[in-house]
Parts: sequence; C-alpha cells; structure tokens
Amino acid sequence: MTERMIYLDHAATTPVKKEVLEAMLPYFTEKFGNASSIYTIGRESKKALEEARDKVAAAIGAQSKEIFFTASGTEADNWAIKGVAYSNRTKGNHIITTAIEHHAVLHACQYLESEGFEVTYLPVDKNGLVSAEQVAAAIKPETILITIMFANNEIGTIQPIAEIGKVAREKGVYFHTDAVQAVGNIPIDVSDMNIDLLSLSSHKFYGPKGVGALYIRKGVKITSFLHGGAQERGRRASTENVAGIVGLGKAIEIACGNLEDKNRKLIAMRERTIEEIMKKIPFVKLNGHRTQRLPGNVNFSFEFIEGESLLLMLDMKGIAASSGSACTSGSLDPSHVLLAIGLPHEIAHGSLRLTFGEENTDEDIDYLMEVLPMIVQRLREMSPLYEAVAKNNT
Amino acid sequence: MYSEKVMDHFMNPRNVGEIENADGVGQVGNAKCGDIMKMYLKIENNVIIDAKFKTFGCGAAVATSSMATELIIGKTVDEALQITNKAVADALDGLPPAKMHCSNLAEEAINSAIEDYKRRKGLIDDNASCDACSRRCDDVQHSHGIE
Ligand SMILES: Cc1ncc(COP(=O)(O)O)c(C=O)c1O
Repeated sequence: MTERMIYLDHAATTPVKKEVLEAMLPYFTEKFGNASSIYTIGRESKKALEEARDKVAAAIGAQSKEIFFTASGTEADNWAIKGVAYSNRTKGNHIITTAIEHHAVLHACQYLESEGFEVTYLPVDKNGLVSAEQVAAAIKPETILITIMFANNEIGTIQPIAEIGKVAREKGVYFHTDAVQAVGNIPIDVSDMNIDLLSLSSHKFYGPKGVGALYIRKGVKITSFLHGGAQERGRRASTENVAGIVGLGKAIEIACGNLEDKNRKLIAMRERTIEEIMKKIPFVKLNGHRTQRLPGNVNFSFEFIEGESLLLMLDMKGIAASSGSACTSGSLDPSHVLLAIGLPHEIAHGSLRLTFGEENTDEDIDYLMEVLPMIVQRLREMSPLYEAVAKNNT
Repeated sequence: MYSEKVMDHFMNPRNVGEIENADGVGQVGNAKCGDIMKMYLKIENNVIIDAKFKTFGCGAAVATSSMATELIIGKTVDEALQITNKAVADALDGLPPAKMHCSNLAEEAINSAIEDYKRRKGLIDDNASCDACSRRCDDVQHSHGIE
C-alpha cells in the first residue's frame, strides 16, 4: 500500500550493520576453518574468536576469559539460572527474581520450581522499579541466586543494578542480570556494579541473530551448559559459530564506541515523541519510568482501543511497532509486565511500544505524529468504550 | 496471518456507528478480555433494514463485526438468528485459529441485539421491560466496560 517503511521496533531486533556483515563474510567462505583445528585457517578462526571475546569483555569491564559465547540471549539466561541453581543446590534452593523479567528468565525459574527450587518473584512499583531494599529483605540463608534484568524490554525501565549488586555481594549471593536490552545501549561495568553473571544478545545491537554471550565472573560455581568437546573451556561444547561471534564482536565494539553521541540523539527522539503524544492525544498513559528508561524506548497505553488494531493500522501506513496486547502476545492475557506495573487489563490491551534506533530521523517522528493521532482517533470512534466517555463528557 | 478479506473489512469497515432510536441494541464481550462488540439494529416488519456496530478489539474483532452487519441486513429476524460464527468466519475467507473466538462474539452480538428487540416488543417476557429501562441498562453496561 505504501512505499514508506519506518522501523520503530529496535527492542525486538535490529538490522545487521554493513561493517558488521563485512567483518563476518570471510568466515563463511575462505576463512571457514574450525577454531579447534591446528592448521592455519583453524588458527585464524581461533584468533578471530579471541578477538571478539576481548571486545565483549572490554564493552562490559570484564576479563576475556570470563566471556562465554552462546547461541542466544535466551540460552545465556537459561545457562546462568539453571547452571547456578544446579551447581549450588547443596547450599540452598532459593532464587530471587522479579515479576517483569523476560520469559527466558521467568520460564527458566518456573521450570526450576518444578524441580524443587523456591522462587520469589519481587513485585515492581508503578514505574516498573524494584529496589535494593526489597531484594535485601527477600534474601534468606537458602538464597543462592538473584536474577534481575538490567532494563525492561517492554517499558524500558532501568533497574538500580549497582545498588542491587552491592546488596548481593555483601550477602554473598550470586547476582545475574539479563542485560539483553541494556548492552550497547547504556554503560555497564560488571566490576563496579558487582555483577557475577550477565546475559547479552547480538541482534539487539546491530549484530546477527542467534548469537549471544554469558559473562561468568571468575570463581562463580556453575555447571557446564552443553557437554561435549572442549570449546568455551569445556563449559559450552560445540563447534563455535565463528562468523556469528565475529559479528557480535564487531557490533558490540561499534555500539559501545559511540554510546554518548548515539544516546543523545535517541533520548532527544524519545523525549520529543513522549511530549508530542501527551500533547496531541487525550486519554494516554506513559508506561515505565519517566526518565530512568532506555534511551530509545517509548511505551504508551491509549485508552479505549486495542493494541493489535493499532499495530495493523500503523503497518498499513508503513510504521513497524509492537504492543503488549493479548492479541499480539498469543494468549488471552495482556503482557505480564504491564499487569505487574498495575495497569488494568483493558488499559494494558491498548499499549504501543515504539523503540527508536540509529537510523531513525526527526522526519520519521514528524510522520509518526501525523499518522498516530489520526489512527487513534479513528479506532476510538469505532470503540463502544469511547462512545460512553464521549457522552459522559458532554 | 489475516486473509485479504479480513484486512479489507478491518481497514474499510462497513456500517460502523450507532443507530439513533434503534429497535434493538446488544453488547457482548468485555474490556478485560480485550474485545467488546456493540450492535444496533433497525427492524421493520420483522426485517432488519439497518445494522451498525461499534467494536473495541483486534483486527479480527472489527472485521467480524463488519461482516456480521453485512450478512444480516435485509434478513428477517429469524434468518439472522440462524447465522453462525462459522458463517461469519467463512464469509471472511477464514480466521486464524487463535482468532475464532472473535467470530463467536459476532454471533453473540447479533443474538443479543435481537433479544433486546424482542424484549422491547414484548415478544419475550422479561421483568415488564419498557424502552426507557432497557436503554438505561445499556448505559450501565457501558460503564462496566471501562471500570
Ligand atoms: C530482556 C530480554 N531477554 C532475553 C531476550 C532473548 O534474547 P534472544 O532473542 O537472543 O534469545 C530478549 C529478546 O527478545 C530480551 O529482550
């Protein structure tokens, strides 16, 4: 219908940068060697792997030997949580997390409950925040792991990770953070923040899909994820995805290299969008913390309308975005994150997440702000809920 | 995931709106579950001469509402009551399995509006209903939806 394509869903995934793709390509063809082989092209692959590892380590303030490559952010989360749980079972069976984690964490925790572990799901406040005091109060002698996401994928709220890390370190409990949405977007230093384990995923910062990493601080007791060959120092067997890992390394280097400039631009876009939506559209609610949020994240609920309808109409106008409505989550309930911040179901159904990225421009926002108010109005005019409000107001 | 017909009825819904002095009004679904359909009927000599709807819901909910109004206009009340959720879905060239409940809602909305019509006509005895009472009930229902 329309030629225009404005991608506003960078929290879902990002395009692979040209420089990243170029760095990867030789490792599919001429430099195809197995990193475990001793001849030249094998050693070249090994060297490329280790360079990527150095880049990941540098990006988060870790040592290279503390970085383990995985096949995704989900895998890193599963490894961290199950690996620490199984390895520290004799010490205790209690895990602390939050109600707003990604399913990669929540479902891994629920699985462990079926295995006899006990999990505390800390509630969050209306902005999506959990406090270090809440965490401290939940720690018991049996607590072996705290797993709390760095930044939320839906509402963008950034948790007080350094404070939580301090509590965890003082109490001697391992602290894992799912930093999939944070890495490449906000500064992270695992040693300053007392983080013991950290998950990241390449496709969220302009790298390829299907590759991630888990940072495991030296000395942390954790089981191996895959048993097999000696790859990843025996902790995660299987022939390495060299091209993917090279892509991850290149992408994280670029992403963390120009964080400040990039964020200045993203925050300006975010703020402009938030202000204009609040000014131009009545009956809206900003979800997530007003300022303590990811630079590119905007999340609004539009009362009286439903998210999937909104997405379909935006798509017809060439705008790609996402929603926490039931119809888009594949279940009958709206997103657990929106419910956890206290939204009533009907308001949660009408949510829209816009996540900006480097290639977005002010013109994109001009266009968005031309189209969005019209679409919202159109859907409201069709809505029996709005009819009641319109009548009550007159 | 949606057929072209669903997208057409979603983007260009037929018969959106309200009918003043409708002869029957029905509302089904609830906001908590993410869909509400409200159907207005104008009925003369037992024939549905006009139907309009308002819907809060996903693409499939809007499209099934639109299709349902097209299917019932010109039909007698009894014929309209025969229309099944499957007929609505088929007329749209099918719905994704996860969205079939939206077509149930359309069938229920038709039934509910016709029931209201019959109640107003005294064709089914209810607590001595009068037009004014049932209108007020409708309004009460609204505010339930947006609690
Ligand atoms: C917070 C968070 N954790 C984990 C994941 C899963 O990452 P991946 O898609 O690499 O498995 C995502 C992305 O969908 C995410 O946003």
